[in-house]
Formats: sequence, structure tokens, C-alpha cells
Amino acid sequence: MNEVKTESAAVMNDGHPEEKVLEDSPTPPALKHRHLLGLATYDREEIELILTTARQFREVLYRKIRRVPTLRGVTVVNLFFESSTRTRISFELAEKRLSADTINFSSAGSSVSKGESLKDTAQNIEAMKVDVAVIRHSSAGAAHFLTECVDAVVLNAGDGAHEHPTQALLDALTISDVFDRTDGLNVSILGDVTHSRVARSNIHALRKLGANVTLCGPPTLMPRGIEEMGVRVTSRLDEALEGCDVAMALRIQLERQGVPFFPSLREYNQLFGIKMEHMRRYPDLRIMHPGPVNRGVELDSEVVDHERAVILDQVTNGVAVRMAALYLLAGPREDESQSAD
Amino acid sequence: MDSSFSIKAQLMDEGDLSRTLDRMARQIIELVESEAGASTAYGLIGMQTRGVFVARRLRERIKRFVDIDIPVGVLDATMYRDDFRIRLRQPEIQATDIPFDVTERHLVLVDDVLYTGRTIRAALDALMDIGRPASVNCLVVVDRGLQELPIKADIVGRVVPTIPGEEVRVRLSETDDVEGVWLVERVGQASNR
Repeated sequence: MNEVKTESAAVMNDGHPEEKVLEDSPTPPALKHRHLLGLATYDREEIELILTTARQFREVLYRKIRRVPTLRGVTVVNLFFESSTRTRISFELAEKRLSADTINFSSAGSSVSKGESLKDTAQNIEAMKVDVAVIRHSSAGAAHFLTECVDAVVLNAGDGAHEHPTQALLDALTISDVFDRTDGLNVSILGDVTHSRVARSNIHALRKLGANVTLCGPPTLMPRGIEEMGVRVTSRLDEALEGCDVAMALRIQLERQGVPFFPSLREYNQLFGIKMEHMRRYPDLRIMHPGPVNRGVELDSEVVDHERAVILDQVTNGVAVRMAALYLLAGPREDESQSAD
Repeated sequence: MDSSFSIKAQLMDEGDLSRTLDRMARQIIELVESEAGASTAYGLIGMQTRGVFVARRLRERIKRFVDIDIPVGVLDATMYRDDFRIRLRQPEIQATDIPFDVTERHLVLVDDVLYTGRTIRAALDALMDIGRPASVNCLVVVDRGLQELPIKADIVGRVVPTIPGEEVRVRLSETDDVEGVWLVERVGQASNR
């Protein structure tokens, strides 16, 4: 703010810093991006802005009337080219809580070849004049592709094994609320990292928020060179859990594997599954899981229901984080100059 | 946003502000005591940001004057604003924290400045979604006129008729290091409010 000082300032008592009076209300913080395609390009400030905003929106979920008129008149299309229950419901709920108009499009199992179908759909969206498109697709880069064909703001709800930014944001919110900080925390991500967009987005978010990340899983499910993302890699569960604050178990995505990467689910559970003995051995360990859990594979059933498992907090936070992202992205349209992506 | 301001006059100093708050606290007490007995539940709702500090100060005064403790809730009405997508930047959403049930309660909505009335409109809508208050009164430190909606304050610290281009700045030591009320005017090009 550039103040102009005039003689009228003489009415002030001496010693009063007049800047304090002249200061206009501070410019609200804003995202530097126009879309939410992934967290690789988001900086710490932007991630924290989404988390702070999400905490305020979360309060709405506990009101008598769980709906605010904030996004009235904004049209959101949910494009789910890949089956999803939780993420789709969470996005839909977030949109409804904000009073946006929503349309759902799902073409899971469509026989049309993926690339053509996406482009056709994009052109249809453009013709329908929607403001925001939420997209889930089995191909990495699908969300980015969509930004090139439509004018709408795009939110990535998972693209192939690339990114799933809102999942990582809800995980970050959950962790930061449990520990009241993120800096210096030790987070271990367990399981199938190769096929996991959740892991990738989480690594970006957690590293930017100052947490230490350890990856643990069968070597066949660990991408080569992943250490370059600034993470520690191990294939021994105990090594990953020692000194660990949060263990994030990934779902074994059987549907995404053409050939099995490990001999059997039972063996996977024996080597990488979290059991009650781990909960006893590490009395401060918190358990997270993006859901849906394969009980008895990644986590034993008692671990899922354990008081130190924050899996259901993650679900609530998912709605809040998506409300925040929609609010921060679906806003002003006049000033497009700041857009990135 | 790129325009700046100069001070036109100081409207209240620390002492004026303190006396005004004393008077407004007594007006709230009058309101409370005119109701059917002390059993009627009251609540102060401070509007983010400075209304919260005003509400807390009023609570302290009321406690001191008559030993009645009226709880304070914090309200941010940003989600209910009518200028979404008109402003260049999204306004920051601050906390809403009302630690009591507003239903059947008599509320006093507290803000620093009453101007267009749009913030109060948004706040009323927000309150109705949170519960069903028995009544809502509106208290402001300064009513600067130029209301764009049929909204009036019930308890007013000072009425200051202003013209477009002028603004009223209430500054409180809790957040500003300085204390008092000033009339400022815009110099340079006008910006969108």
C-alpha cells in the first residue's frame, strides 16, 4: 500500500503511526493457479491457503443447515471416466454444500476409445457453458488435456497414476490438525507406490509442508528413481514405522495390475500390513488410508477401527478441502492475467 | 485497490471510544433488563474482524456494570456475500465460532462500521442457517450512512454522514496498535469496493 501523506494528518495525536489508519484492508491471499491439476506446481503458501480455507468450510458441515450460498449460479460438471464412489460423492457433496449447480457425467466402461471420448465430452462441456469441470480419468494428463479444450476451471480428481491433488490436501489437513504442525513430522507411505497417484500427490504436498516422507513396499511396486523426489525408500515395514508419526497405507489396486506384483495378498499382509502388534509397539503411531480399505490386506480389521486410525476424519476433511478448492478457484473471472498452468 | 487514502479528521480518540462503548454497553443492559426477567438468554455476535473485539469489550463492560455475563460468538459472513465473482480476488474466509445455541436467543450483532448494509444482510442470512434466534439487534460503532439496503442499526456509537470516496476507519488496539476512529478520503483513482 502506498500512502500519501497530507497536512490533514496533523489532526493525529503525535506518536500515532498514521500508516495504521491509512492502511487499507490487506489484499486477501489467492492461489496463483487457475486450475488444480496437481500439487507438483503448487507452493507451500497455496497449499496452506487451501487448508486454512478448508477449516472454515468444515465448520459449515456441523451447522443445522449444512449449506452456504457461496457458489450460487456457478455450474460444475463432474466428469468421471473411471469408476469412483468416495471421491465422486465427496465432490458432489462439496458442490451442493456450496449451492453450486451440478451435472454428473460418468462413462466408466464406455466402449468409445478414451482419447476421442474425452475430446468429444470437452466440446460438449464448452457448448454447455459450465464454469468448473471436475475430472477423473484413467490416463495421466487427462485433466491437463481438458484445460486445453475448455474455458472452464479444471479440478483433477485423479488422472491415471499421475496425481490426485484433493486427496493429498485432505491428508495434509488431517495430519496438520492431529499434530498442529507439519514441519518435521515423519510420514510413511506404505504399499503400491508405482500405481498410486495418491502417493505422488502426497509426496509433493508433504515435502512442501516440511514433513519427512518414507516410502515402503515391495520393490516391484516401488518406482525406480523415486528417491529423487526427496523421500527415503525401504522395503522393511519396521524400518518405515520406527520413529514414524503417521503411516499412510495405500490400497492395493488389484484392478490396476495386469500381472500380480507379489505372490499373494496373504503374503503382502504378512510383510506390509499393519497389525495390532504394530499399534502396541508404536504407541503414538496414527493410521491413515485413502479408502476403501481392503481389511486384512493393508490394514488388519482392528487397526481400521482403532482410535488412532483417522480414516473417517479424512473423509470429513475431504468434503471441506474440496469446498475450499472450489471456492478459491471458481471465483473471479475478469482477471485472467495471473493464470498459470 | 491501487488508490491510497489521506486522513480527513479524527472522529474519536481513545477516550471518546471508551465512553461510547460504555454508553452502548448500558444500552444493551437496558435491552436485557426490559425483557421478561433475567432468564431470557442473550448473546453477542461479533462480526469478523473488528466487530469481534468490540463485542468482547462490551461483554467486559456489561459484566463490570451489572454482573451479567453475555456470551460472545464470532461470525464471518463471507460465504454469504453477494459479490462473489465480482471482486477481483476471493475474500478470505475467517472463522465462525458461536459457542452457544442461537435458537430462541436474543442476539446483538456487533460490527465496527455500518455502510451499505450488505454485510449485515449476509450476517442475518448466516445466522438463520445456524439457528432461529428469538430476535436480532444490530450495534455499530459508527453508522456512516449510504445504506443500499433497508437495514438500520439499533444501537449506534456515532452517526457520521459520509460521501462516496470517504471511509471510516475504526482502529482498535487489539489488532491495530492504535486506538480511535478516523475519517479518511481517497486520493488518486477510485477502486472497486
